[in-house]
Amino acid sequence: MSFNVNLVRKEFPVLDQKINKNDLVYFDNAATTQKPKSVINRINDYYSFENSNIHRGAHYLSQKATEAYEAARVKTQKFLNAKHSHEIVFTRGTTDAINLVASSFSKKYLKKNDEVIISSMEHHSNIVPWQIACEDTGAKLMVVPMNNNGELIIEEYQKIISEKTKIVAITHVSNSLGTINPVKEIIRIAHKNDIPVLIDGAQSAPHLKIDVQDIDCDFFCMSAHKMYGPMGTGVLYGKEEWLEKIPPYQGGGEMIKEVSFDKTTYNELPYKFEAGTPNVAGVLGFEAAINFIDQTGIENIANHENMLLDYAIKELKNFSNIKFIGLAKDRASLVSFVFDNIHPYDVGTILDKLGIALRTGHHCAQPVMDFFNIPGTVRASFSVYNTIDEIDVFINALHKTREMLA
Amino acid sequence: MSIKEKEQEIISEFEMFEDWLDKYNYIIELGKSVPEINPEYKEKQYLIKGCQSQVWLHAKMENGKVFFTADSDALITKGIVSLLIRVLSGQKPDDIINAELDFIEKIGLKEHLSPTRSNGLVNMIKQIKLYALAFKSKQ
Repeated sequence: MSFNVNLVRKEFPVLDQKINKNDLVYFDNAATTQKPKSVINRINDYYSFENSNIHRGAHYLSQKATEAYEAARVKTQKFLNAKHSHEIVFTRGTTDAINLVASSFSKKYLKKNDEVIISSMEHHSNIVPWQIACEDTGAKLMVVPMNNNGELIIEEYQKIISEKTKIVAITHVSNSLGTINPVKEIIRIAHKNDIPVLIDGAQSAPHLKIDVQDIDCDFFCMSAHKMYGPMGTGVLYGKEEWLEKIPPYQGGGEMIKEVSFDKTTYNELPYKFEAGTPNVAGVLGFEAAINFIDQTGIENIANHENMLLDYAIKELKNFSNIKFIGLAKDRASLVSFVFDNIHPYDVGTILDKLGIALRTGHHCAQPVMDFFNIPGTVRASFSVYNTIDEIDVFINALHKTREMLA
Repeated sequence: MSIKEKEQEIISEFEMFEDWLDKYNYIIELGKSVPEINPEYKEKQYLIKGCQSQVWLHAKMENGKVFFTADSDALITKGIVSLLIRVLSGQKPDDIINAELDFIEKIGLKEHLSPTRSNGLVNMIKQIKLYALAFKSKQ
């Protein structure tokens, strides 16, 4: 499939605007991507013509909305190459999905002195839910360390893992460093010890082809809004056996089979985990986002983003006093850096005035900043609609910023 | 000078700037020239943590007036900190507690006081008022 970035850009109405009289350059894609017209229109159409509550009501609209919602589940199943569509649970996002697993899994499988393994480069969303689970049960949180390039030290992971370990929860791609972790190997090592693994895919699903059967993870979490879809929608993939074994997360409508005041029996998968009226419009918008990714081609997206990343790093290397944070061999589409003696907040403020939207700060990964002993980084993250020209604008703006702050 | 008069003085100064570039160059200069806080106050107990940048703030009471010194790790934050100190330091506790500080908005820096910026400034203003309140109750 041929790829033309100018045609892709036309699909994203938000890109066509000026900030402080400068063309917007949007390099904050790791925080959230922009949305193509097809996604916006899908949500608009749903509320304009199809809105109805699903899985109840025998009327025409309800049935149509239910069918569309379940078709989106099948689409998501295919996108992840899951074995069954009932292994796809729709959530509010990655954070919600991780909280679901941390809460439900720990209720049944975590007790005092058990251990949960995470890594030193997790987003707070894959730290705090496990801390809460550990506090509730008396289990201990173990952390896989990383080296100075921002790569996990697998030998240390092998040392930490033991019969006390009950679950491993690791990010696929680091949101602050861009590191792509060797999740297949991490999972293989855990499975040798019969330990399930949750993968935080918030930063990988937008950039890499995901095959949950191939990597063999037990849980995989992702957010629609980081993959051209709407906010407030996400996915928990869980292997059937695990989703059957762990108890429900929240109670309410939809997730029940029978309710009396003595006892409630729970619905089957995936409805057991989808309490309350779901975000139907969000899910349908997400389906449109998957269609956008499929039509553009995930390989085309990855190749384009890698080309942008290589070019940006090459240009950034020309700055004196720049320090890259995260130099892993395997990287996804972002670059994090600091300048000696210039605070990232100052850089971000001036770049914003020049129309460049990117992220400065600790990126919700404070332990990573502590490891590198910095207050934060400047992070530029690229997406399918970004261009070489935009990187040139960004580099010029960065020169100007440095002059002002020197 | 009263708080209102000092605010007005700053507003007049900022009216001379033609564009954001001049304005930010000035704030950056302020950030560079602001007297450093006494190093003994650059400790955890004086730290106001933001998600992006942080502020150190020290207060003391002399002859019925509150005096502040402050610092920040980011230059632009520090520049704005120095404006706040200029307006509020050396004032009476009641005046500090009741200060509206709308000059920040009038000189076009309101965005730096948005909670999403999380640069320590919003909490710094809260802390300044808390100090004033504490000194007032001690009087």
